[in-house]
Amino acid sequence: MSKAGLKLKLRQRQPIPLDVEIDCDSGELLALVGPSGSGKTTILRSIAGLYQPHSGFIRCGEETWLERERGINVSTQDRRIGFVFQDYALFPHLSALQNITTALSHLDVAARDARGRELLEQVNLKGLEQRLPVHLSGGQRQRVALARALAREPKILLLDEPFSAVDQITRRKLQQELVVLRRSIDIPIVLVTHDLFEAASLADRLYVMHRGKTLQNGAPDEVLQYPRNALVARLVGHTNIFSATIDAHDSRAGISRILWRGAALEVKLDQRQAPGSAVDWVIHPAHIVMHRRDRPSLGERENPLRGVVREFLKQGESLVVNLELDGDDAAFISFSINRHSARRNNLEIGAEVGVSLLADGIHLMAPER
Amino acid sequence: MDTTALALSLKLAFWTCIILLPLAVFVGRLLAWRDFTGKALVEAAIALPLVLPPTVLGFYLLLGMGATSTLGQYYHALTGRHLVFSFDGLLLASVIFNLPFAIQPLQRAFEAIPLQTREAAWCCGLSPAQTLWRIELPLAWSGAVSALALTFAHTLGEFGVVLMVGGNIEAETKTIAISIYDRVQALDNHSAGLMSAVLLLFSLLSIGLVYRLSQRARKHVQSRP
Repeated sequence: MSKAGLKLKLRQRQPIPLDVEIDCDSGELLALVGPSGSGKTTILRSIAGLYQPHSGFIRCGEETWLERERGINVSTQDRRIGFVFQDYALFPHLSALQNITTALSHLDVAARDARGRELLEQVNLKGLEQRLPVHLSGGQRQRVALARALAREPKILLLDEPFSAVDQITRRKLQQELVVLRRSIDIPIVLVTHDLFEAASLADRLYVMHRGKTLQNGAPDEVLQYPRNALVARLVGHTNIFSATIDAHDSRAGISRILWRGAALEVKLDQRQAPGSAVDWVIHPAHIVMHRRDRPSLGERENPLRGVVREFLKQGESLVVNLELDGDDAAFISFSINRHSARRNNLEIGAEVGVSLLADGIHLMAPER
Repeated sequence: MDTTALALSLKLAFWTCIILLPLAVFVGRLLAWRDFTGKALVEAAIALPLVLPPTVLGFYLLLGMGATSTLGQYYHALTGRHLVFSFDGLLLASVIFNLPFAIQPLQRAFEAIPLQTREAAWCCGLSPAQTLWRIELPLAWSGAVSALALTFAHTLGEFGVVLMVGGNIEAETKTIAISIYDRVQALDNHSAGLMSAVLLLFSLLSIGLVYRLSQRARKHVQSRP
């Protein structure tokens, strides 16, 4: 870890359980994801000094902001953080420019105005200096909040659901702006979000939180593709999560076999669990291939399943299809297919179709304790 | 028209406002944002002057400030003056019977400021005092103006407590409300009518101002980002 980064360890049982260790390098963007009540915002507030956890430490660069054991607890004012609140918390009686100059007390009075204007220009709000927050759009308010957070030349930037209060189009635009802005600031950035897509597209690393604990952390692709267990898989949005038993490992062929619903599935070799032990597995809908309904092909030999289409969900240009397996209305698997292929294959509710589960796409996980 | 009484009433109202405003800011802010044991009791005690008959409040103040009371003796030792039947005592009583009129509007105004707005100020590096001065007070100003208008109007109009604690001493404790009563007793309806009209007009303007401000404050909160 570089010297200017963030390192923290927080522990408490009540009233909000916390048991986390987090580090974030300078220039790195970390996303804390997890359901409501998982402690994400509490961690962010602890870093800012707005919440006092019972034990642990928070260090940023050379400074120790909190160390319960040594009685260190630096005030929010002295921590030099930039914080973008969920609903921005702009000062309603101050203009956009005044909102920013409020955070410029480290500069000479004479220099504040010019620096404030410069920051507004940086977030594309030139010309709106004198507007009150009430006369700004949601996206403009967010930009003022971001400019205000950066005004103090903070040692860390904290973003609490910063894109949740704007419409979809503005959200994408603001996210792109953040990507550009990141290149010019070399401090740790911690983002709290419910939106996995947002986390995956913006962050260098994800921390998946649940009940105050980190379940897994890593690069977004790694966490999304290889969740540690079924709980992480559920939290990062997987729906095809099942339980099976390890049948055998064949290292020469590079495959493992699992027994699921009375049939054997081949998966890529994973010897972490011994034959006979229980295992959870997950497959992303994109790794399930539908068989052509008009003529069979060779690919159908790879982990074939048959089922009846019960539901469609439109997702952009794709359709997510929910397939009921073997007439068992408790067993569903979902896969995605582009709309064009669905039309060509006359896919409709009640149609019987075959699919193959690609062995490379099946990820085995240790059962939850 | 008893101008001496009117001047005394204005002087009493002015000093009551000067003393009460900082006190009400402090207590209103505390009640808005802090939870503590006995908070409901404190709020109830502050609201008492709203429901207690002025004579009852006046009676207890008379007891508490009398020449034989601890406070009365202490005050006498300190200043050589008495609290009862003096302007000083009247001012103290006025501060007490105006507590709810000053504190409650400010408490409501502070309650309307979201915690995050204050937290954002701290994150901007503002100290608690700077946050109060630059963020909280400008946002609670309508509450402060309401508190001042209500306190001012109520002080001019208070009769029972003033009579109990201050009596009826020319240029010392005879306020305009007492003077109206005096004039009616003396069958001088013309003077009484004139002074009543002045009080009526003044009270109407004050209350009108309060309603106008609370309307504006509501709009402000509704459109708050």
